[in-house]
Amino acid sequence: MQSEWPLWEVFIRPKNGLHHIHAGSLHAADAAMAIQNARDVYTRRNEGVSLWVVESVHLHASDPDDADMLFEPAKDKIYRHPTFYDLPDEVKHM
Amino acid sequence: MTSTWQPLDHFLLMRGDDCLVLGHRLSEWCGHGPVLEQDMALTNIALDLIGQARLYYQYAGARLGQTEDQLAYLRTERNYFNAWLVEQPNGDFAHTIVRQFYYDWYENALLEVLEGSADEHLAAIAAKSRKEARYHRQFSSEWVIRLGDGTEESHQRMQVALNRLLPYVRELFENQPRHQMLIADGILSDVNGLWEGTEKEMKAVITEATLSFPVAAALPARGRDGLHTEHLGYLLTELQYMQRTYPGLTW
Amino acid sequence: MTTESLTRRFQDKIDQELKIEPKDWMPDAYRKTLIRQISQHAHSEVVGMLPEGNWITRAPSLRRKVALLAKVQDEAGHGLYLYSACETLGIRRETLIEELLSGKAKYSSIFNYPTLTWADIGAIGWLVDGAAIMNQVPLCRCSYGPYARAMVRVCKEESFHQRQGFEILLTLCQGAADQKAMAQDALDRWWWPSLMMFGPSDKDSIHTAQSMRWKIKRFTNDELRQKFIDMTVPQAEVLGLTIPDPELQWDEASGHYHSGPIDWEEFGQVLRGNGPCNAERLEARQRAHQEGTWVREAAQAYAAKQIEESKKVG
Repeated sequence: MQSEWPLWEVFIRPKNGLHHIHAGSLHAADAAMAIQNARDVYTRRNEGVSLWVVESVHLHASDPDDADMLFEPAKDKIYRHPTFYDLPDEVKHM
Repeated sequence: MTSTWQPLDHFLLMRGDDCLVLGHRLSEWCGHGPVLEQDMALTNIALDLIGQARLYYQYAGARLGQTEDQLAYLRTERNYFNAWLVEQPNGDFAHTIVRQFYYDWYENALLEVLEGSADEHLAAIAAKSRKEARYHRQFSSEWVIRLGDGTEESHQRMQVALNRLLPYVRELFENQPRHQMLIADGILSDVNGLWEGTEKEMKAVITEATLSFPVAAALPARGRDGLHTEHLGYLLTELQYMQRTYPGLTW
Repeated sequence: MTTESLTRRFQDKIDQELKIEPKDWMPDAYRKTLIRQISQHAHSEVVGMLPEGNWITRAPSLRRKVALLAKVQDEAGHGLYLYSACETLGIRRETLIEELLSGKAKYSSIFNYPTLTWADIGAIGWLVDGAAIMNQVPLCRCSYGPYARAMVRVCKEESFHQRQGFEILLTLCQGAADQKAMAQDALDRWWWPSLMMFGPSDKDSIHTAQSMRWKIKRFTNDELRQKFIDMTVPQAEVLGLTIPDPELQWDEASGHYHSGPIDWEEFGQVLRGNGPCNAERLEARQRAHQEGTWVREAAQAYAAKQIEESKKVG
């Protein structure tokens, strides 16, 4: 039998109102243990109020070689940002 | 041999000693656990327990005019009042988990009633400790199930540990004659009455773990009177080494 | 793309201070260097738990006991973060641990020295953690993202370690004569091994130049060692302790302390396995791993059964 436990990725919500953020990874035999290990490893200094764990094999990532194709096209679409539009100074709160 | 302690002081020392001695035992695992994640988990429990011990010693210390360290380090063996269960050596991981499991179920039951103690300070200590204790109980219970229902080897090791340590458990649930007044005053409640419900809940976990709850006679354990197994003396020798070798110094 | 142009693009990214992430293309040698360095670092954290763990049950007060226990636990955490960073390079933790247990992988030689008195716990915190921090702070800017991120977390946590050690020694130095003597004795034994922690002198260091080009390393061994000496000497003065180096003196011209030669023969001996505690340290790790085998297997068997169960129900 393979004796190494699977790898899990740990996500922590620092406080209510914020997103869960990736904190790191660890090994655990099952999901309940992964949650406990995440608590014991990654929240020893009050780092969070909620945990997510997911087995690393279930995470799918974009291919770094596709980064140009995926993300470059958004760069010149500056009209999506509010600062693209000129308004007179008298107009406030917009 | 033993000093005369007021009932409440005795109770506080008894609680502090349970926590300190078990915390000490768990701290022996630090650096030697089966995987890094569990090494850290056991250390977290050790830290919780030593933290709890400090709360009891500080309270007793304030009443007695002594520091937490004087109480933790400078009593003689006959004046430590922890139960026999917690001073038992770590053994293999199965023995450590089973010792923890039995203790956690006891501690949770006790803290639950202590939260309602007429002594406000004690009630506050119980309320704070209980959050930690609930986590410990979940941790040890899950491990009992995992190892009981794991491999043939783990199942066997767990059954051996359950059988070996059960005889120490009843001591935890014995009412102490010297605590009668505390019970009468609503500071403490009848711990003997906690056994039945706790036993039932432990049995449920053990059954889920495909293990059998041992049938075993209780040992004539008298830790609460300062009478211990041979293991405590060695533990105290280590614990007290610095304080005994260099009396009266600050560290 | 040819390997040559990939390599050029890779080096360009590094020169622009862009991070390399796990799935990015990287030269094989870069990957191997990182695996070697990160795993050695991880092993050092884990083996480093042993000399300090040696005093947990004998800590002289409850306050010191919980601080030490929390500190040694942090080392386990640091080992874990580093193994995780290493795993992003496509190697399993189990493989790395096997390399440690077989004696193939190295760890920091400092942990092959024994902790003989309580003052050694102070000296380790002050000197060994001090030297480690000196090494680790620049690693937070290392070109490999997962390593850099692990180091940020490690450095954040380590900040209490050195203070803890210094406070232990300060208490001893302000205490009884016995205590101060204990502190001096610890400094005498830990000073030179701490300086050796920065590794061989630049002229003998085989990896430095390439690692600097890849921005895995930011400073050379000798630069960091000098920085450490300059920082530590005034701290020893605060303690009122004497650094065991008769040649040590302030050099106005260079703006640095001048120090005596390091006994590289001793360093080599410890590295080759002939330090006071090499065998014990390895045995302790081997025993923990061996005795944990049934636990790891049982948890896995249980998890497999649960998955089977849920399939039946589903």
